[in-house]
Amino acid sequence: MNAPQTSLDPPRLVYHTAEGGARAIEVRGSWSLQALQPRLAELHTELARASADATAIWDLRPVAHLDHAGAALLWHAWGRPGTPRAALRSEHESFFRRLAAAAEAPPPPPIRRWQRLAWLPAVWGLRLYAHARDLVLLVGALVLDGIRMLARPSRAPWREISANLYRTGAQALGITALVGFLIGVVLSYLSSNQLKNFGADVYIVNILGVSVVRELGPVLAAILVAGRSGSSMTAQLGVMRVTQELDAMSVMGIPQTSRLVLPKVIALAFGLPLLIVWTNAVALLGGMVAAHAELGLSYRYFIEALPGAIPIANLYLGIGKGVVFGVLIALLACHYGLRIRPNTESLGAGTTGSVVTAITIVILVDAVFAVAFRDVGLAF
Amino acid sequence: MENPGAGRADIERDAVIDVRGLWSRFGRTLVHRGIDLSVCRSEVLGVVGGSGSGKTTLLRQMLGLEQPYRGAVTVFGVDLNRARGAERESVRARWGVLFQNGALFSALSVYDNIALALRELRALDEDIIRDLVISKLQMVGIEAHHAAKMPAQLSGGMIKRIGLARALALDPELLFLDEPTAGLDPDRSESFVALIQELRREMHLTVVMVTHDLDTLVSLADRVAVLCEQRLLAVGPLREVSALGHPFVRNFFQGERGRRALEVLEDVQRLMPI
Ligand SMILES: Nc1ncnc2c1ncn2[C@@H]1O[C@H](COP(=O)(O)OP(=O)(O)OP(=O)(O)O)[C@@H](O)[C@H]1O
Ligand SMILES: [Mg+2]
Repeated sequence: MNAPQTSLDPPRLVYHTAEGGARAIEVRGSWSLQALQPRLAELHTELARASADATAIWDLRPVAHLDHAGAALLWHAWGRPGTPRAALRSEHESFFRRLAAAAEAPPPPPIRRWQRLAWLPAVWGLRLYAHARDLVLLVGALVLDGIRMLARPSRAPWREISANLYRTGAQALGITALVGFLIGVVLSYLSSNQLKNFGADVYIVNILGVSVVRELGPVLAAILVAGRSGSSMTAQLGVMRVTQELDAMSVMGIPQTSRLVLPKVIALAFGLPLLIVWTNAVALLGGMVAAHAELGLSYRYFIEALPGAIPIANLYLGIGKGVVFGVLIALLACHYGLRIRPNTESLGAGTTGSVVTAITIVILVDAVFAVAFRDVGLAF
Repeated sequence: MENPGAGRADIERDAVIDVRGLWSRFGRTLVHRGIDLSVCRSEVLGVVGGSGSGKTTLLRQMLGLEQPYRGAVTVFGVDLNRARGAERESVRARWGVLFQNGALFSALSVYDNIALALRELRALDEDIIRDLVISKLQMVGIEAHHAAKMPAQLSGGMIKRIGLARALALDPELLFLDEPTAGLDPDRSESFVALIQELRREMHLTVVMVTHDLDTLVSLADRVAVLCEQRLLAVGPLREVSALGHPFVRNFFQGERGRRALEVLEDVQRLMPI
């Protein structure tokens, strides 16, 4: 047994003339991946030159150290022969035997890249169909769970509902307040500039009131919640799939929809309307502060004029939207979460898909609300 | 079967891994209290110990994945917790690791899992990489047509073997194996043993292997380290260690299964005296 490699002896070829005039090539030095790596380009060209001479006699016995990468390099230079073109030490024979066996193996089937077909309408159609089917199944399971829950309220997942309400609602108070306040300030500031030109200062209350309570508050809160809680719901379910927790739950007979999905849907159906009321209040506060600074409108006047300026139907409409948005966001988040395949890439894609879809759907549904309720709450 | 003890004297006995006074702890739980251990070049060290005795943690300390609470670990003469940049990288290019649960990259196919490290070198051509990957797969007994599968589509034993192929991808000098034969059928365990023996002969591989499998231990390990009660109970050739009177050792080696495996060892040594 030769001494193990201690320092890296550079890989090289040494040329002689053997008896009979043929060229003899000795492979010397350390032909391990470590030693080869820095000199690979030169060795490639030298090996190509050396192996072009078909009569050359190769000798691999003086090599200090050899591994699979070194063997593969030589073997490729020889044109991947069935038997190596060199005299070998016995312990090195298996490297070439393995490489020859690998070359005989049928090439691995190409990995199908469905992404290339992504633009075909048929693929899109199939995907849409799969999404729709899964979503319908999920909604169906949820409805059944909901009925069961109403029949036996004591067995409902109250603890999970409460935990979700806290995570998606209470913990979102800070961010919704900040964003709501700033939007209120900006909106009020821009509108006051315009209104000042017409001397219609007092209408700031109407403009702010209706736009915030009817549109901005609900949509703003919904988008923030979709980004914040929707993504975390999807990721949670996705990680549970990756770590096989979902499988563990189902073999224990714990229904996934009632333990994981239903609490999230219920929590957001209650939590989002509450967040919307909160966002409305803070945005109006911001608007009030800006109106005071810009137009000199007194706080007292603003507060007194508010109830008269916004028909109360707008508030109900906003809260109603909140329930719908909340259910949609949670439903889509769980739908995407449950579709995640057990690998990290799918986890990333699923989370992105969940947030993008939820935000798009929120805006779409908001437009539907705007058309359907155009006669409600706007009579002056 | 190759005699595990044979030829050890002519192997250079410098330490590849040196663990000095190692303490590890997680929060309040102490896992190791003063471990001293060195692993010599070209030897196979088996690490045994009860479940939760800190075998995986010891391996993670050697890999620099865990910070020692006290003491130091050097691998190839480099203290991984102190070394920076190029020095650390040079060590990482020389070892291969098989994790207890495989830790395959779930987003990559079997083929890409093994090719990743080879491609990362940015030195080898894709056709050389292909031959290397397929030969590594064949070494662990995986047919080429499984190469396109994703890790989620593999059986537990296949994950183990592909993890081993990935650990071998860069032809390391030092191999860390955490439970290499758990989840393998006896036949596969046997071919695993044969593969490691063959690689040792060809490449002077040093192996640190955590295992509960006595048969593997008997046929591969030159020395055995026993972890128990946060300390290193004993290190030495299997025959010496198994003769200790400590209750854990007695249970581990002198039980029915242990005796059977050790009898095989005795037979082998009678046939091939050192
Ligand atoms: N990241 C961690 N945080 C806290 N405690 C840990 C952590 N990793 C391990 N431990 C604890 O350290 C101890 C040793 O764990 P380790 O994984 O090393 O055991 P092991 O000997 O490999 O066991 P097994 O044979 O079951 O794999 C256990 O008590 C474990 O709970
Ligand atoms: Mg372990």
